[in-house]
Amino acid sequence: MVTATPSAVEERRVPSPPGRNPGAPLDLGWVREAQANRSAAERRAATMTARRTVKKDWQAAWLLRAVTTIDLTALAGDDTPGNVRRLCAKARQPVRQDVLDAVGAGDLGVRVGAVCVYHNLVAVAVAALAGSGIPVAAVSTGFPAAQIAHAQKLAEIEASVRAGAEEIDIVVSRAHVLTGDAQALYDEVRDFRAACGPAHLKTILATGELGTLRNVAMASLVCMMAGADFVKTSTGKEAVNATLPVGVVMARAIREYHERTGHRVGFKPAGGIRTAKQALDWLALMKEELGDRWLRPDLFRIGASGLLSDIERQLEHHATGRYAAAHHQPMV
Amino acid sequence: MSVAEIFETMTYGPAPESPAPAREWLAAHAPALDHVVDNRPLPPREGEYFDSIDPATGEPLIRIAQGGADDVDAAVAAARAAFGPWSRTPGHVRARYLYAMARQVQKHARLLAVLETLDNGKPIRESRDIDVPLVARHFYHHAGWAQLMEQELPGFGPVGVVGQIVPWNFPLLMLAWKVAPALAAGNTVVLKPAEFTSITAHAVAELARRVGLPPGVLNVVTGDGRTGALLVEHPGVDKIAFTGSTEVGRAIRRATAGTGKRLSLELGGKSPFVVFEDADIDGVVEGVVDAIWFNQGQVCCAGSRLLVQEGVAPRLLAKLRARMERLRVGDPLDKAIDVGAIVAPVQLDKIRRLVDAARDEGTPMWQPSWADSLPAGCFFPPTLFTDVAPSSAIAQVEVFGPVLAAMTFRTKAEAIALANNSPYGLAASVWTENVGMALDAARAIKAGTVWVNCTNLFDAAAGFGGYRESGFGREGGREGLYEYLRPRWETAAVAASPVSSPSPTPDGVAAPAGNGSIGSNGHRPDDPDALAVGAVPAIDRSPKLFVGGKQVRPDSGYSRTVLAADGRLLGEVGEGNRKDVRNAVEAAHAATAWKTTTGHARAQVLYYVAENLSARAGEFAARLGAATGRADGGARAEVEAAIERLFVYAAWADKYDGQVHATPLRGLTVAVHEPIGVVGVACDDGYPLLGFVSLVAPLVAMGNAVVAVPSERHPLAATDLYQVLETSDLPPGVVNVVTGDRDALARVLAEHDDVDAVWYAGSAEGARRVELASIGNLKRTWILGRPPRDWLDAEQGQGTEFLREATQVKNVWVPGEA
Repeated sequence: MVTATPSAVEERRVPSPPGRNPGAPLDLGWVREAQANRSAAERRAATMTARRTVKKDWQAAWLLRAVTTIDLTALAGDDTPGNVRRLCAKARQPVRQDVLDAVGAGDLGVRVGAVCVYHNLVAVAVAALAGSGIPVAAVSTGFPAAQIAHAQKLAEIEASVRAGAEEIDIVVSRAHVLTGDAQALYDEVRDFRAACGPAHLKTILATGELGTLRNVAMASLVCMMAGADFVKTSTGKEAVNATLPVGVVMARAIREYHERTGHRVGFKPAGGIRTAKQALDWLALMKEELGDRWLRPDLFRIGASGLLSDIERQLEHHATGRYAAAHHQPMV
Repeated sequence: MSVAEIFETMTYGPAPESPAPAREWLAAHAPALDHVVDNRPLPPREGEYFDSIDPATGEPLIRIAQGGADDVDAAVAAARAAFGPWSRTPGHVRARYLYAMARQVQKHARLLAVLETLDNGKPIRESRDIDVPLVARHFYHHAGWAQLMEQELPGFGPVGVVGQIVPWNFPLLMLAWKVAPALAAGNTVVLKPAEFTSITAHAVAELARRVGLPPGVLNVVTGDGRTGALLVEHPGVDKIAFTGSTEVGRAIRRATAGTGKRLSLELGGKSPFVVFEDADIDGVVEGVVDAIWFNQGQVCCAGSRLLVQEGVAPRLLAKLRARMERLRVGDPLDKAIDVGAIVAPVQLDKIRRLVDAARDEGTPMWQPSWADSLPAGCFFPPTLFTDVAPSSAIAQVEVFGPVLAAMTFRTKAEAIALANNSPYGLAASVWTENVGMALDAARAIKAGTVWVNCTNLFDAAAGFGGYRESGFGREGGREGLYEYLRPRWETAAVAASPVSSPSPTPDGVAAPAGNGSIGSNGHRPDDPDALAVGAVPAIDRSPKLFVGGKQVRPDSGYSRTVLAADGRLLGEVGEGNRKDVRNAVEAAHAATAWKTTTGHARAQVLYYVAENLSARAGEFAARLGAATGRADGGARAEVEAAIERLFVYAAWADKYDGQVHATPLRGLTVAVHEPIGVVGVACDDGYPLLGFVSLVAPLVAMGNAVVAVPSERHPLAATDLYQVLETSDLPPGVVNVVTGDRDALARVLAEHDDVDAVWYAGSAEGARRVELASIGNLKRTWILGRPPRDWLDAEQGQGTEFLREATQVKNVWVPGEA
């Protein structure tokens, strides 16, 4: 069998960190040239997930990889320091050690990509993760609706960074996208980027509220030009969250941005990703549209809370050959 | 590779589909598959078998019976015996059988898919996710037609015994496309699968037996082209439905010419894939993958010509190369394979030859970096030719392999011109975010299917079939069902008079030899009524040919004598020849605006013709009476019938609209009725005026341009009529009249490569010659008069049957945005 593996060969080397995206001047010509045909994107998403599959050891390895890209998330009104500390404990040991040992991954150091919380719980999470190397991500700028004053948004970012958040997941003002005001969107995100300082900027587009895939493509480009380190689909609070066609469009925008500027920007689908199969589909989408470099947590995250337990069950099944029970996996 | 290593490299591993159940099926049927006749295995009389090979490995799978004459005889006899009872089976009962077939296909879907992939080499993902579900869909859809036929198509019945010959690229799917509508309509079938891929037809025959389909309704005879030829030539077959190469399609047209067999041909293509600069280029790249690397490019409607607007070509081609690098070629049973095996070494050789020739002539070629390390077996790498000249063979010849020929265009007009610069017209794909641009291009490209921002979508509810040399007839939808139907009056007429004969001539007078001595003043020399010396003679009338809106003298410089029924000299008409036909066809092509003239405007012209004819009704009746010898009442009735017929088609001009098909596409699948183009018409003698109007009016109403050869014996009605046409606002060239030797002129029309169809009402021998002559460009032919057609009878002489023949169906698929 011949497989297209040159990029895989290249990735045998430990990849160098992508470096931060310094951004670029707003190029309106480039933004307006963007096209994204919905039926074509849907067809691509449907075809790709049917034409790419991994089995047996490959599936186990890919699922472990997926675990390392999870932004383990708690974004509910009833979150307390107690359940956030539990979340952080799970982040350190996302898969039972006996299961990891059984699949031969005991010493891979598998842990999640980040823990993602509201500003109020950043300090709790930072303390709970101390020494783990796992970053804390804070949702910000009036998450999820972004309907607060710009100055408040900047203040919120700065407060979270001071509290120890290393990643800031901001929400863009949908109005700028829906009214076609690329300049306003660019200015807003550029300010957010400045406010982040050393923290990485992840821009949530809330794609379910942007109307068209072309808007998704244009908003992705503007955010990257404004210096986003990641573009992220959704807050998880919109009626429609991360869908594969949206992922296809955003991944292509990232690819285009990389080709034109040389800067690698990360991608984070979030919301509605609950099954191991979905996680594999997203990894395949990354591999196909962006290449293997985008299969590591510095350039790919999955925002999820329930996903991990399904992956754990699949890994246990792989280890034992028996279908696993949810209650055998340590809960968050 | 360990989990830890894969965790680092993130490669795809093997994902094999187990062939075990399919191999058990093969083992259970080993060593050979016999024909299936009357639901029973029939060993080949001559005892000959050949191997069916797995093209991915070269390994023989099972032996297949080679059908000989006795085998085909037996199958046709079985189908004939079954036809009577099956055709009388109530639609609901046929629907139950077809529904059961659909369910069986679903229940045994995986076995069918794996057998198909083993035998054909196509990726399991395609046989499993595309082919087999569509097979089930076709049986479901046509179960519905069986159920509805009696109510929805009351004037129609089955054709009879149908010989169906399917290709190797979609063995199961093409079987379903053919068998499902045939059985739904009440026909019985002798199916000949392709020699490389006969296995799944046997699996389907098993399913048919399992659901209790009566013996003889579906018979399978296997073998190579010789078996197909025996089936085509078999006198017991009423219709041949063929999908395959244009070359074999020509041979079938030749073999069936003059036999009265109905024919539908779905042939080759070189389908354009047109990309405008405003398209979603990444979406386009995936569209190209679906267009030319689906099924290894072995798809009759493969988008094998990539036409890109010049400004975006570099960007698109760069993205395309990057995408090609990521395609996975290999074991068809692997679920993560994009391109499987080429069906057979002979096909692989053909692809290599064409690719080598294009490379040798200097066309830039690109293949992925891994192209030289393909596995053993019949594999060929995805291949891209760029800067392809339209004159290059790679731009014109159907490769039937994973080979794409790319060229650029500057404007929409040039894109359409390039798209249409092909003898074929099967399908096209148009990519743009501008809906107006998309619809303009969809209308202008000559193809039976146009996909907008998508490609290679198929469904049982939408017709599929070609324009031009891609064949004629449709499969799927209501338009496809007609291929397996015949008007009930015709069936009854055939039953009443088994011997075919030409159209009835009410006068029954033998045809005069049109080359008598030159008479004078319309009187025979011995005419007792000859004018006395000194009297004033009538002014000599000089009917001419009518070409491009002008009365022109015949190129030959000769006239032919027209006699009245009583033998008197009635007049003279021009002796048209090849050059007159040539000029008339050119004039017809110049009348291009007619096809885009609105139905409302065409209706007004036809009403006006009727009005002006009515004003001269008495004169026409007198002329017809003299010509045919019918009493004034009969001649007057003919004129009145012609006037009414003009009204009928004026009425239809803005009403024979298309259909929105209920396919699964979110968006619109629109079946558009388009004119065929330039149509040659040869009229019979029975009703010189009504016959002419009955043939010409529906064509004109639908937007065609016509070159008509009027009744040979009584041409004056037509030459008088052109004076009416001249005064009725009919644009020049829409109707052209060439008088003369009907069969000779019809043959010139049939041979003409720029005539798109010929309607022939005349003798059996003339019909045979027309059908034979049509193979040059595989034009549609319609033979009228077998059985004889009574022009005065509205059921036989007018209606949607004529409109269907005057149009071709284009299905345009337009996905929605959300």
